[in-house]
Order: sequence, then C-alpha cells, then structure tokens
Amino acid sequence: MGLMNNHGVLERHSLLLTIGILITVSIGGIIQMAPLFYMENTIEKVEGMRPYTPLEVAGRNIYIREGCYVCHSQMVRPLRDEVERYGHYSLAAESMYDHPFQWGSKRTGPDLARVGGKYSDEWHVDHLIDPRALVPESIMPPYAFLAEKKLDFDHIGDDLKALRMVGVPYTDEMIENAEMDLRAQVDPDIYFDEQDALVARYTEAAGREGTVQIRDYDMDPDRITEMDALVAYLQMTGTLVDFSTYEAGDLMNRR
Amino acid sequence: MSDHTKDIDQPTGVETTGHEWDGIKELNNPLPRWWLYIWYATIAISLVYMVVMPAIPALPGLGTNTRGISNHSDRDVVAAQIAELRTERMAAGSALVEASLEEIETDRTLQQFAMAAGESAFGDNCATCHGAGGRGAKGYPTLADDVWLWDGTLDGIEYTLRHGIRHEDDVDTRFSLMPAFGKDRLLTSAQIDDVVAHVMTIAGKEAHDAASAARGAETFASQCASCHGVDGTGDRTLGAPDLTDHEWLFGGSEREIYTTVYNARNAHMPAWGGRLDDATIKSLAVYVHSLGGGE
Repeated sequence: MGLMNNHGVLERHSLLLTIGILITVSIGGIIQMAPLFYMENTIEKVEGMRPYTPLEVAGRNIYIREGCYVCHSQMVRPLRDEVERYGHYSLAAESMYDHPFQWGSKRTGPDLARVGGKYSDEWHVDHLIDPRALVPESIMPPYAFLAEKKLDFDHIGDDLKALRMVGVPYTDEMIENAEMDLRAQVDPDIYFDEQDALVARYTEAAGREGTVQIRDYDMDPDRITEMDALVAYLQMTGTLVDFSTYEAGDLMNRR
Repeated sequence: MSDHTKDIDQPTGVETTGHEWDGIKELNNPLPRWWLYIWYATIAISLVYMVVMPAIPALPGLGTNTRGISNHSDRDVVAAQIAELRTERMAAGSALVEASLEEIETDRTLQQFAMAAGESAFGDNCATCHGAGGRGAKGYPTLADDVWLWDGTLDGIEYTLRHGIRHEDDVDTRFSLMPAFGKDRLLTSAQIDDVVAHVMTIAGKEAHDAASAARGAETFASQCASCHGVDGTGDRTLGAPDLTDHEWLFGGSEREIYTTVYNARNAHMPAWGGRLDDATIKSLAVYVHSLGGGE
C-alpha cells in the first residue's frame, strides 16, 4: 500500500492538488451530462417545433437583455398544481432552439412557458408599460420605454447565423431574408408578398400550419419598436409544439 | 498499511497520523460510528435505487437509460393525477355542462361547485385582465356591473369565453371592427371634434360648444348610428357600446373620446375553448354571471 502514503506529494504541490481536485469533481458532472449528448431520448420527438422567426429572435434578445429570466421561469414542471395552472408541462423539445435556454431558476413572477395566446396583445403592451395599472399587487418594474424605442435589427441576419453555428437549423434562405422577414411579420399591410414568403419558410420548418403569427403587435403601425418584438416573442412561447400529435406514453417520451 | 512506527500522543493516549507540521501532530481518531454507518447505508440505498428507479444512463450506442424494475415515470404520475382530478370534477362537471341557468340556480350543490371552480379558474386566467373580482380596468371591461358589450346572459358569457372576442384563430369569435375615423381619414379632425361634442351631449355631459354638437349630430347619424344606434344606445349584436350609460371602457373625457374616434378601439379577448375544459368554462360563466350583472 505504498501508493496510499504518497498523498504527501499532492499535499505539498498546490498545482498538482488543484488538478487532482478538478479531475475528482468533474467525474460527477461527466456522468450526469455526457450521456445526454448521445442518448436518443434526451429530446422528445414532437411536431411543430421550428426555429424562431427573426422578429421572435429579436424579442427573445430583449427578453434576455432586460433580464426577464431573473423573475420569470419558462419551465412548467410535471407537477399537478403547475399543469393545472399553466398547462401542459414543458418538454425538452420546446427549448431545443434556445441558446441559452430560459428555464430560469426563480419565480418572482409567474411562469411564462405557456403565456403565448393567453392574453391579448393590448394586454401585454398595457401591462409592460404599467404593470400596476392592470395588476395592482404586481411588483414588476415598468418597461414603458420599449414602446418608444425603435427596434435595432440591422444585424438580425448575423443573429440567425450565430444561432445556426450552435445548431439551430436556419436555412440560407432564412438568413438572407432575415431583415425582410422581420419587417413582414410586424407590418403585414406593407409587405404583402414578403409575408407569404415568411409564412412559407417557417411553416415548412415547423411542418404544420398556423405557427407564424403576423400582425402589428404594439398598436403602433408606423414604427417597429422593441415592444413589437418582445410581444411577438411572448405570444409565440409555448405554442409551437402540436400536442394533439404528442404521445406522452411513447417510450422515447417517458421521463 | 504504514511504514512508520506507531506514534502515540502522550497526553491523550491516541495514535497520531504521523503527519507533522511545524511540530504539530494530527490525532488519528476513528470516525464516529453513527456517522460511518449512515454513510454505508446511503451507499446501500443508492444501489437499491439504481435497480428500482430509472437511473443508469445508457452506454454509447444503447440508446436510452435504464427503466428500473418499477418502471417509474414522473410524467405518468402527473398524467394520472390530472386524470384523477378530471374524473373527480367530471361527476359534478358533466351535470353542470348540461344544466341550464335555472337548474344551476335551484340546485345548491351544482351552484356551489360552479362557484368554487369558477372563482379559482377566474383567479388563474381572467383576473389578470379583468381584475380581481371582475372590477376591470381601462380597456378591460368590468364584469361586476350590469353593463354588457356583447351579451350578459349565461349562454352569452359562455359563448364569449369559448370563442373570444376578435380572436382571429376562431371562426366563431365575436367580431366587429370600428373604423379608425381619424387615422384612416374618414373624417376630418374638425368633424371628429363635432362628433365628440355630440357624444358628450347624449352622454349627459356638458359639451363646450352647442353649435359644434349640433353639427356633430349630423355626422353621428351618418357615420356612427349604424352601429351605436340613432340615439347612441349601442347594439349588442355588434358589441357596439351604449354611449349614453355613463360607463366608459376607454375613458369618457373629451380627449379620450377623441382618441377613440380617431384611432378606433378594437380590443381582443383570447378564446378559451382550447385552453380550458367544458366544465371549467361553464363554471366560469356561472361565476361571472353571478358577479353582479348577470342577465
């Protein structure tokens, strides 16, 4: 057992000790994480998930910039109370195009994983401008400036390109037309033909109709504001997966 | 195990580890027994757990993780719990879905069930816009009064809940569009001023300019009366509000009415038919109907 008496070597060399600790600690992490990369059932098989449209990506960027995830989770856990309140529990598939994911870790406000379609656009706009006007007991800060601030989307194509690098299946066509797709989703009256192209592109990616919502989101048709983008993103969250075709009992979907 | 001779610490009589740091030595006391046995137990439990529960991730190429002999699934558990909840509710719920307003009002159990279920669903889903207890907010109708834009009967409320208002994904949604008279240049700014003056008059408020109000009456008759009625009392089949009832969803000041005529107000309510089950929708209808203004 001579080996056991060599701990003095580790204890007297701080660099060796650090490396030894790193190796030991990472074993637990590797065992937990590594299989997720090759297991076939890490992500459920679902229909309807598609990469986010440029407008939704822009809105998502604002969601992250403003730190919405600090107070809002996007993760309905498989617990009775949560499914009753928020709807179907979240699937891994629903975050597969999220880089980074927005699961969050604390609910100061309610979960937002299924907020899409739950309230009207007017409500989102009014509520973001002055949360307490609608929900007196709310402690959410107001985000009125979003309605005034012009959306900066000069580099939205680059955003899509960056997302493609980390695995989101954007096509060349989606990236080339990103800027026009963004305009077409929020300004349907002006970009009539572009609107059809946008719907066609993302419907094909989704594999089902009706996942692309096109309208002026912030009741201000003259400008494309950050409010438009954020509300577009929120109205999409949790609506993509077609749960009528989702088989919870399938072996691949069991957890 | 050790190549050093036993070194006994004199004052305590306990063996040391043989490590010495600047003359300070470490006693080699054994681990407390209770602690050690608990530690062994946790290891034993983890082995049992790995056999019983889904635990061991697959090796590359094998596809999925082990299922464990219990074949446990959190998702199955929640599905079963929800199903149980639905069956529990279904007993009272299916009777409720069939029942008419009169039956619900006379059947005490049915009424209590509907009120309890409705109140809780209202808090989760409706109060966000319509306020706690249906008190409403600017742009979001008060449900606790007897002013109804579309329909205040039990069936009418249920229809609104199910199909929403101006909810484009539902073909049966309640729908009407007020034109944006100013923005779309249907009326000039001066004409809108006149119409506002007239509306102020029929609403029983003071219009600052009687001549303007008189001119506005003509414009009102040609542009507004088709939906809001000649006397401005509105038309529920179109969701056109009564302008004479002192209730203003979007504000009743001269300036606010001007904005409404200029931009139009076409508010949306999502359809809940796809989100909530039949019993919950009926319960909500009963609850909203009971808030004070049900017809």
